[in-house]
Amino acid sequence: MSLIIADNVKKDYHAGDVTVSALKGLSFEIEPASFVSFVGPSGSGKTTLLNLIGCLDKPTEGKLTVAATDVLHLDRKQSASFRGSNIGFIFQDFNLIPVLTVYENIEYPLLMVQSTPAEERKKRVTALLEAVGMIEQKDKYPDQISGGQKQRVAIARALVTKPKLVLADEPTANLDHKTAYMVIELMKKMRDELRTTFIFSTHDQKIVGEAEIIFTLEDGNLLDRHVEGGKQNG
Amino acid sequence: MGNLFKIAIRNLLRYKRRTLLTASLITIGVVFVLVFISVSGSFKNMMIGQITDSMLGHLQVHRKGYVASIDNLPLNLNLKAGAIARLENILDKQPEIEAYSPRIKFGGMFSNFVETTNIRLVAVYPDREFRTVPLLPLRITNGGKALNRGEILVPDLLAKGMKVKIGDTVVVVATNKDSSVNGKQFRVAGIVEGITGPGGRDGYIHIEDATELLRMDAMEISEIAIRLKDFNKLNPVNQKLEGLLSKELNQQDKPIFELHTWEKLTPFYNIARMIDVMTFFIKLMLIAIVLISIMNVMIMAVYERIREIGTIAAIGTLPGKILNMFVIEGFCLGVVGAAIGNIVGIAVILILNMMKITFNFGQQKGLLLRANIYPMDILVISVTVIIVSVIASLQPAFKASRMEPIKALRHV
Repeated sequence: MSLIIADNVKKDYHAGDVTVSALKGLSFEIEPASFVSFVGPSGSGKTTLLNLIGCLDKPTEGKLTVAATDVLHLDRKQSASFRGSNIGFIFQDFNLIPVLTVYENIEYPLLMVQSTPAEERKKRVTALLEAVGMIEQKDKYPDQISGGQKQRVAIARALVTKPKLVLADEPTANLDHKTAYMVIELMKKMRDELRTTFIFSTHDQKIVGEAEIIFTLEDGNLLDRHVEGGKQNG
Repeated sequence: MGNLFKIAIRNLLRYKRRTLLTASLITIGVVFVLVFISVSGSFKNMMIGQITDSMLGHLQVHRKGYVASIDNLPLNLNLKAGAIARLENILDKQPEIEAYSPRIKFGGMFSNFVETTNIRLVAVYPDREFRTVPLLPLRITNGGKALNRGEILVPDLLAKGMKVKIGDTVVVVATNKDSSVNGKQFRVAGIVEGITGPGGRDGYIHIEDATELLRMDAMEISEIAIRLKDFNKLNPVNQKLEGLLSKELNQQDKPIFELHTWEKLTPFYNIARMIDVMTFFIKLMLIAIVLISIMNVMIMAVYERIREIGTIAAIGTLPGKILNMFVIEGFCLGVVGAAIGNIVGIAVILILNMMKITFNFGQQKGLLLRANIYPMDILVISVTVIIVSVIASLQPAFKASRMEPIKALRHV
């Protein structure tokens, strides 16, 4: 069964009397353990779509099912619980908590969202620190590490709860090309190891090529769906 | 919960200067309130102690209607022998009573054979009076600390004005309730220091001399002053005695006695009340300081951390936990401010006591200020500060918990 099913999903924003259609009826499906990219210019609707999939916002029309849950009918608290259990987030600006160390940032979702026992927490955080190559920096604070390292910590934080899906909005936008490539490789490696679905948005064509499935968006429409080794119309 | 505290404390330490300033403001408020309560409380207790222990006693019993005419010292409203016996029978059975003293109060003329002036006199059994108002002997500044038959203790201002000294012979002339005038010679046994308040400038004679002077066939008294073993039990004992005395009726089935606490017999009770009101307003000021400073710092904290709030909300932190995170920050600020304030406040009070500050109260000079603070006051102030801190944090914390993660993440 598909992990994500979008059926004629629309999203309108209202600015005074003006209605702006950010998404104009998108339909698609994403299978588990996919490595997916949404590409398109600024204003094409990438971030809006990621926000809907991530239960941070609700569609104006249409049906959106994520991990067999109709996210349209979740209330505020249910959305938070759903995100905590099923979705990991990686942000463009890393968004690490500045008062927590690298270790504590990764541990945070287990501690504050899932209330995982201490022993299990330690096991999972240590494994991820090793996987993302940050074990040496575990006691450093975010302002003591580089941008690439911060994004590695953010990836570990997103994966620590063993989510079905990780959403990354422009995860490489604030990184140099070499570091950006390494971050994407790390995401791919984690997908292979953990079988987690990764969806990221980008407008960097070199990074786009690393995705296995590429959805191209323009003006709120899905233009095409490109699969590694073939191409399908959206 | 421990992790919420850890995050809250680290967030407070993140903005050290701001946290320090806010905690200092709370500390200063707590110190100010503690010192004010201790000094004003000391002054109030001293004032009440002076009034009750040197003059009024804790409670007084009169014949019904006497207090309404107390300024006239009406002899026709004295308690008669039968009523005195019934009253003493009741008082003797009360274990809470330390001592009581019957008094005859009357006005007369005081003459040194050269000049004559008015005098108000209190006639007492000296030993019973000294047990009921134990500071009275200390007011006898000149002469022995005793009063025998044929002797008089003269108020100091009168003694100065009339130029009388210890050992002099004076005459007191008084009119009894039948309007017959009688006089009696007394030897000045002591000069009694005047104190502020009603009865504070009265002279003292032996009660048996008064019965002679006023030509009483049987013992009559104006009042009985009562001293309790524990002043803090004033209200329950007052209620108990009210109940017992209200059952004592005259031939017309009306109550014979009226009972009053010291509060009803002196205007200084209003000063004591004013001190309480001032203390209340000082506490209100502390609450305002804590409320405004904590609310200000928490509103700023929420505003500065909108993206962080968006992040933790996005990764699934429940609104209740976000609310707790900010409330705990306010709570910690309150605890730190209250704790430091208590330590500094107690230190200031100790220093004040070591400085041995003296002040005057009415005619009394050089009273030593004994500032003290009760553990209950410290507890009440600390709990108030902490509760107000939590309340002040609630609005910003609620705002943080209700923030839409998507909007918070977009915040620049």
